[in-house]
Amino acid sequence: MTTTTQARGETDIAITLTVNGQKHKLDVAPWVSLLDLLRERLDLTGTKKGCDHGQCGACTVIVDGERINSCLVLAVTRDGAEVTTVEGLSEDGGDALHPMQQAFVDHDAFQCGYCTPGQLMSAVALTKAGRTGSRDEIRELMSGNLCRCGAYPNIVDAIEEVAQGSRGDKEPAQ
Amino acid sequence: MATAPNPIGEPVNRIDGPLKVTGEARYAAEFTPPNLTHGYVVTSAVARGRIIGFDLAAARSFPGVIEVFTHENRPNTAWLDLKYKDQTAPPGHPFRPLHDEHILYSGQPIALVVADSFEAARDAAALVRAQIEPSGHATDIHHAKERAYKPPVGRAGFAGAPSPRGNADKAFAAAPIQVEAEYSVAIEHHNPMEPHATTVQWNADGSLDIHDKIQGVTNSQGYVAGVFGLSKDKVRVATPFVGGAFGSGLRPQYQLFLAVMASLALERSVRVVLTRDQMWTHVYRPHTLQTVKLGAREDGTLTAIKHDAIAGTSTFEDHQEVVVNWSGMLYHCDNVSLSHKLARLDTYTPSDMRAPGGALGVFALESAMDELAHAANVDPIELRLRNYSLEDENENKRFSSKALRACYERGAAAIDWSRREPQPRRSRDGRELAGMGMATGVWEARSNVATVRIVLDTDGKLKVSTASADIGTGTYTILAQIAGETLGLPVDDITVKLGDSDFPFAPIEGGSMTAATVGNAVRLAGEAMQDDLFKHAAKIKDGPFTKLSKDDVVFADGRIEVKADRGTGLSYGEILKARGLDRLEAKKTSTPPMLKKLKYVGYTHSAIFAEVRVDEELGQVRVIRLVIAAAAGRILNAQTARSQIMGAAVMAVGKTLEEETMTDNRIGRFMNHNLAEYHVPVNADIGDIEVLFVEEDDALSPIDVKGIGEVGIVGTGAAIANAVFNATGKRVRDLPITIDKLL
Amino acid sequence: MNRFGYIRPTEVSQAVEALAADREAKIIAGGTNLVDLMKYNVERPSSIIDISKLPLDTIEETEGGGLRIGALVTNSTVAYDERVQARWPMLSSALLAGATGQLRNAATTGGNLLQRTRCYYFYDTGTPCNKREPGTGCPAIGGVNRIHAILGASDDCVATHPSDMCVAMAALEAEVLVEGPGGSRRIPMADFHRLPGDTPQHDTTLAADELIVAVELPPAGFPEHYTYLKLRDRLSYAFALVSVAVGLKMDGDTIQIARIALGGVAHKPWRVRGAEEALEGTAAAPADCAKAANLLLDGARGLKDNAFKIELARRAIVRAIGQAVAATPQSQIDKRIA
Ligand SMILES: Cc1cc2nc3c(=O)[nH]c(=O)nc-3n(C[C@H](O)[C@H](O)[C@H](O)COP(=O)(O)OP(=O)(O)OC[C@H]3O[C@@H](n4cnc5c(N)ncnc54)[C@H](O)[C@@H]3O)c2cc1C
Ligand code: SF4
Ligand code: FES
Ligand code: FES
Repeated sequence: MTTTTQARGETDIAITLTVNGQKHKLDVAPWVSLLDLLRERLDLTGTKKGCDHGQCGACTVIVDGERINSCLVLAVTRDGAEVTTVEGLSEDGGDALHPMQQAFVDHDAFQCGYCTPGQLMSAVALTKAGRTGSRDEIRELMSGNLCRCGAYPNIVDAIEEVAQGSRGDKEPAQ
Repeated sequence: MATAPNPIGEPVNRIDGPLKVTGEARYAAEFTPPNLTHGYVVTSAVARGRIIGFDLAAARSFPGVIEVFTHENRPNTAWLDLKYKDQTAPPGHPFRPLHDEHILYSGQPIALVVADSFEAARDAAALVRAQIEPSGHATDIHHAKERAYKPPVGRAGFAGAPSPRGNADKAFAAAPIQVEAEYSVAIEHHNPMEPHATTVQWNADGSLDIHDKIQGVTNSQGYVAGVFGLSKDKVRVATPFVGGAFGSGLRPQYQLFLAVMASLALERSVRVVLTRDQMWTHVYRPHTLQTVKLGAREDGTLTAIKHDAIAGTSTFEDHQEVVVNWSGMLYHCDNVSLSHKLARLDTYTPSDMRAPGGALGVFALESAMDELAHAANVDPIELRLRNYSLEDENENKRFSSKALRACYERGAAAIDWSRREPQPRRSRDGRELAGMGMATGVWEARSNVATVRIVLDTDGKLKVSTASADIGTGTYTILAQIAGETLGLPVDDITVKLGDSDFPFAPIEGGSMTAATVGNAVRLAGEAMQDDLFKHAAKIKDGPFTKLSKDDVVFADGRIEVKADRGTGLSYGEILKARGLDRLEAKKTSTPPMLKKLKYVGYTHSAIFAEVRVDEELGQVRVIRLVIAAAAGRILNAQTARSQIMGAAVMAVGKTLEEETMTDNRIGRFMNHNLAEYHVPVNADIGDIEVLFVEEDDALSPIDVKGIGEVGIVGTGAAIANAVFNATGKRVRDLPITIDKLL
Repeated sequence: MNRFGYIRPTEVSQAVEALAADREAKIIAGGTNLVDLMKYNVERPSSIIDISKLPLDTIEETEGGGLRIGALVTNSTVAYDERVQARWPMLSSALLAGATGQLRNAATTGGNLLQRTRCYYFYDTGTPCNKREPGTGCPAIGGVNRIHAILGASDDCVATHPSDMCVAMAALEAEVLVEGPGGSRRIPMADFHRLPGDTPQHDTTLAADELIVAVELPPAGFPEHYTYLKLRDRLSYAFALVSVAVGLKMDGDTIQIARIALGGVAHKPWRVRGAEEALEGTAAAPADCAKAANLLLDGARGLKDNAFKIELARRAIVRAIGQAVAATPQSQIDKRIA
């Protein structure tokens, strides 16, 4: 057994997280969600809190290569993980937008912008996984990201564009 | 004359886009002043009653807790009701958070726990115990409607039901074709993706810097100053980005009060964020019951319209919306009787939600029109053309523009209306029944008062600032486009600053008025600056313009150029430098065209076409296609305008098929208060949406602009419900049309 | 959330010991249900036992030709596993009908089995609830009960079990492998979830000190004639009002073996062996399907808001059998109902 804390104690737990390529050694209480850790401790407020209960997708981040809802993750349970947030999307961390970010801008795939970071993280993970075969597939697999502004058709357009682009780049499927 | 590379109308990308896609745009809860404390709200589970006492020991002694505020220990605030009235308050007594022991609705805030971390506040809040003595409550509109009343005081800026014309009862009785039906629309909650939140930065000089989720910072500023007795120059409200609101951010919500109260009492910075569930503890669209009677001749021409509505409100305010008036102006009819009443419920006061009233009343009217079309055996578009109104017969005023006929035509062509089977249940697509429906949409095109400042610097860059907001509507971008067009500047050279009470005054962003109002102020300021720039240019010794008048030049690409010789000219920067100026400023206010309004009324019109598939056996409805053709004056930005209409259409799908806040009337509590059980549309729910614009010149707006934020939801519900009827032969008059209603 | 301790065992035995040592401790796997309920103060564990470091994250074929899915394998991994897609596609389909891409990436097989009801009152600590606080009453009866049970409910609780995965597992006759202080045992899916009776606080037959280590699928996976049909209040990201899992083994037009389980209707995946037998040996003529549906829904009782689910379930059963017979399973992407 590696870690034990006393119930009701205030003992923080030492964890390591790599966030957007940067390694953080952190002491966190077990009741802190990954989302709150990102927003409140690391000031990475790009990741949004829309519901705090897995009902909206605004908090979607990529952890060890997979998109998940950071609000339902207690940070201590992801000790050692690699986390990518919207702030870490742009390649080489530079100013240039990630193709998905650019496609969202070009297709007006958002209005208020509050769901947008979550949509982007979802879209990037989905495209990487190659599950963007049709508009219907994109619609279904993007359904975990609510957009109350109703930008859905434009979101699908943006993803389709990037997915087609990246498919075009690749060798034909074997 | 001015020309710009990104003229008005072009689908220019949002200028705030890069900030939003990189996560740099900060919303109200995302500012972190030093030594920030966190507030967490505790609410009542009782709908009506009295707080007998609290047990706060456990919460107070919880590690990290700084203070627990209740009505017993809250600091004193203003006494007069008036001080709590915000810019859009309806008549009545505004809700005062933590005011006294009385519980007025389930979900009412009763305590605020403030701690040094979010987690400590959240977790201590669960330990607050309140003893509440319940008394009888009433939350069921079906009971309360028996005591419905006509609000004694009208809501400022909202037309009450017009007085009757002709004799609707008599005409209805005599009509060869009669349609009479009752409609009901469930309670909907706005649920912008950003929950309501306020961050208050407390400054040592007693001033406050506030980031509040609000559709107009001046509303929060006025409220805080009034309630807490502060002078406005001590209260700055700055909210550059708002994560959607749809009306929920028109009035300051209670977290603003709580955050400011705690901040002043503790002399510390405080942030209060509502949980998603707490988004069901303030405003919503009221449950509304409607009866529509249409009398018509055999050819479908209307002889009588009666439209009566009863909507829920709270026990303390008379929230009023324009629900029935549409029935008196959308079609020509000589005998019209309309009424709008309220039923008092032990709930919070409802508030405007995207196209308040319109999204309700036009659903009923346009459903009834479809019933009439069916009864009279007239094509639904033809029926509307036969009853086309040339003026607003409620007010006997002309429409400032009304290209609705063109909307019908273009929309019908786009969806290929000729495919529609006039009789229901005649069309199938595989296993599914196929249906098409249409409806008319309408929304007010109004304007308000707003002031804008523009500042040009020696690099030829322009800064536009106003307190107005961009709640996702595209204000940032269209203001840049208007400024760019007026001054001949590329959008890239323009910065727009919004949402700060230090900027020139603008009212709340609501009623789809921002583009027309603030946009016009930008134009006025731009024109003033043109004059000024030219005056300076003409004074430049040995300059190219000494002998010219303003008519001889153009403002283009950041330069003034001689019309006859475009190679000759000076850049704005050169002009400023030559005149020894480091900046040039213009500030202008736009006001509504009062004189013209004596003669004209402004409305945005639309025609909506829906195509659905219904699995009849299992009750599943899919809206595979929506076409909305809108006549909305001049379109400022084809891309953001389309997004506005599309977004409203998506909300209409939710409203028509999914959204319903369900109340347990025994305890007076909304039960599905979360986004897992209150269903807003997801991506998979939305098929193709096509938006068409029919451009118009407008007699009221100097820039020919009409609002477009709301019209997309008006009538769209009826178009979908009418399509469901066309597919199935089932007329569902009770929204939302869930599976159970089609079995 | 209450204050709680944090334990991260690295071996199964340590996890079992930790559970045995403290009855108020709770396992945390993906956290998508536990953390949700802890934030609502519905679950208030004394400690959480983080099992993410236990070696329970593999899928292995068993000697008998079945499949053993470790308790920590995520719903996504199972759904997209090639073996599952080829041989137990009904399970893959059910998983993909549930929740969302990002939730499925965190949700685990063990956690999904033990997710709790979505009853509005259970979730709202402002109201009483027998499941949450035994003896306080059941306000869902007579209250808002659109999503509640039509089968197997009691006067003390009318909640449903919300899982999609479990419905397919029930139809597949999977077994849950558990480890407790006294060793290991296997619980057939049919016996895993409980009907409420007068102790609705107990969701399952798993003991408080037992750990789920895996789920085993038997070899018969109905790879050709199957479906998972889910009806809900929006086209994705909503719990089932009614769902139907069907697996058939057919010989020509004749059904040899039938398995049917319903979701969204009871506090367990609802199976009636007699209904399956009514189909076996038939060619699924309308009368046979109707009979099966009647037998499955025998004793169904509706409440104010959910009575429609009886008729909906009846029609859904018939449609689902038709989909399975025709080998046109419901797509979880194309929303047209096959
Ligand atoms: C908004 C939303 C929508 C959803 N929609 C659906 C849906 O449509 N269909 C559907 O099926 N599900 C749905 N889910 C539920 C989701 O599938 C479950 O939350 C998930 O499967 C739980 O898995 P977990 O690993 O995260 O469990 P956890 O939250 O970690 O645990 C859940 C419970 O299981 C116990 N537990 C976990 N693992 C073990 C083990 N190995 N041994 C003993 N006990 C264990 C925990 O103590 C806890 O009590 C939805 C969830 C959310 C939040
Ligand atoms: S149905 Fe069960 S879970 Fe829901 S309130 Fe009743 S006892 Fe609680
Ligand atoms: S904030 Fe995590 S899903 Fe909504
Ligand atoms: S852009 Fe506003 S919620 Fe999606």
